[in-house]
Amino acid sequence: MDPSPETLLDLHRRMVRIRHFEEAAGRLAEQNRLPGFLHLYVGEEAVAAGVCANLDDDDQISSTHRGHGHLVAKGGDYSGMMAELMGKATGYCGGKGGSMHICDLDLGMLGANGIVGGGVPIAVGAGFANKYRGTDRVSVVFFGDGASNIGAFHEAANMAAALSLPVLFVCENNEYGEFTPRDRTMAITDVVDRAAGYGMPGAIVDGMDVVAVWEAAHEAVSRARRGEGPSFIEAKTYRFYNHHGVQTLGMKYRSDDELEQWKQRDPIELFEDRLASAGVLGADGAQAVHAAAEADIEAAIAFAEESPLPDPDSLLVDVYTPAVYSGAAS
Amino acid sequence: MTPPAETDGRSIAYGAAFAEGLAQMMDADPNVFVAGEDVGRAGGVFGSFRGLNERFGDMRVVDTPISEQAIVGLGTGAAVSGLRPVVDLMFMDFMLVAMDQIVNQAAKLKYMFGGKATLPMTITTSAGAGLSAAAQHSQSLEAMLCHIPGLKVVMPSNPYDAKGLLISCIRDDNPTVFVKHKRLLGLKGEVPEDPYEVPLGAASTVRSGDDVTVVTYGRMVHEATSAADAMAAEGIECDVIDLRTLQPLDMDTVVQSAQRTSRVAVVHEAVRFGGLGGEIASGIAEEAFDYLDAPIERIGAPFSPVPFSPVLEKEWVPNAELIGERIRALAAA
Repeated sequence: MDPSPETLLDLHRRMVRIRHFEEAAGRLAEQNRLPGFLHLYVGEEAVAAGVCANLDDDDQISSTHRGHGHLVAKGGDYSGMMAELMGKATGYCGGKGGSMHICDLDLGMLGANGIVGGGVPIAVGAGFANKYRGTDRVSVVFFGDGASNIGAFHEAANMAAALSLPVLFVCENNEYGEFTPRDRTMAITDVVDRAAGYGMPGAIVDGMDVVAVWEAAHEAVSRARRGEGPSFIEAKTYRFYNHHGVQTLGMKYRSDDELEQWKQRDPIELFEDRLASAGVLGADGAQAVHAAAEADIEAAIAFAEESPLPDPDSLLVDVYTPAVYSGAAS
Repeated sequence: MTPPAETDGRSIAYGAAFAEGLAQMMDADPNVFVAGEDVGRAGGVFGSFRGLNERFGDMRVVDTPISEQAIVGLGTGAAVSGLRPVVDLMFMDFMLVAMDQIVNQAAKLKYMFGGKATLPMTITTSAGAGLSAAAQHSQSLEAMLCHIPGLKVVMPSNPYDAKGLLISCIRDDNPTVFVKHKRLLGLKGEVPEDPYEVPLGAASTVRSGDDVTVVTYGRMVHEATSAADAMAAEGIECDVIDLRTLQPLDMDTVVQSAQRTSRVAVVHEAVRFGGLGGEIASGIAEEAFDYLDAPIERIGAPFSPVPFSPVLEKEWVPNAELIGERIRALAAA
């Protein structure tokens, strides 16, 4: 199915909003204005945008340590995100989670995750709940090529297939597990080969082509909504910045040439050329989308900086839910 | 849902009490389901889930692959989505396979998410030696769970508590770990038919005396009670406290008894080093040091894996005789 012009504009806006958030976060980190680790999604925007444009707020996703892009793509609020990255009380998690645990359950975003592969079984559990309730909701697992080597992924993929759950596995293959290239850590070239072992259909898409991602996800999500079980998409993509932070800090784990070649295929620039050629969105229109995102991010940074820090007295709050049964009366 | 004033005199086994409590919660709340290895068609390796699959169907009594991480993740994801899962990990030893999902995910999601997630998930499992099941099917690993903020942990010693604590765990809006002891599954006792809760975090004094306090839980409650009976014949009267819940720990009951008796022994089946006995002993030392007339005695298994051969396993597990000896020495100190 071809995306409508409205969908194309929506995909563009989602990618641009991810890019501006991440570039801003990178700048703030360089200025030592963000505590902790920062894993930037720049370069991979087409994957989150192309998949999440097929989802509603009550479809769930689970994310990775590189999770900001997924939350923005799911409709996340810049201000709450930026405040969380700064550890402020107004952040999405009240300053208790930070970049690696950012979430918005109201948007079905079940959290970034500090453990590689840790979110995979959780999204499968959400998929189980969707089937249990007899809804047509789906859950999506975002994970990297590296996570496809951890046991949790394999257990969860097999369980999703065995129980025929409405789950979409989206592998963001950016060719590196932290700093080690994929060809040193697995003997296959395509992670999607693993899908066949679990009896689920798989597809490879160009992860720099947001329309290709959207189309593949559209088919897989529709399949899951029809109750036909899980599927797997491998998106070939690349991260433009380091595993964490912006600079590689002198680490020579990938060549400048390789980076440059991938940057030639910047997913936003590719898409803007295509939108212009198709007459859907010209340069001025695209610029207006960038300007709006830029204004929003500046406002979010101001909001976050002016926001209060968490009250030290909140340290022990929310370790437990107060013991009040919230279920059915009995 | 308060405990009935009296039981109706009906006696059922510990395992059956567990199954009855689970079935009643599934009847009461359509969001309660159970998932795990062999819990469905097979009814559970110890029969703890017998009949549930026929009654509630495949969607509410789910046979899963042998995939402990995915089982706990299934529960976590379903719980944050509004269901109330009971996930079974068959043997406590197998829980180690799922520790990332239990410790890094389920226990912490609520806190990491700034309070937004609610995780009403119960993890059930079976601990304990005594079946010649050897080192990978016999451990008591409760101390490591109690160390994790965000989890609650119970280890019932009798059928009444097994049913009541299970219902409390299922009704609790936090991740809870319900640990059966394999050697207690056939133990019979009076259990009311109607559902009831045994509150989490409340110990029970199962025998009263003024000379020595014995703090224990799980199967060791029975060994400690036997030892206390033997000591009574020698004129030493023991308070025997069954902790029932290990996280949160009812230290008030323990400290009040210690202040009265001035002599304390802590008994558990788990390996002594790094076990809960150390935490309990230091808590008593902090709160009641001036009341003590003797060092706090810690009794637990020796520092080895659980052996297979019955004669070695018998040597490994603390028993009434050993506990009695220590109580006698403590009373004389």
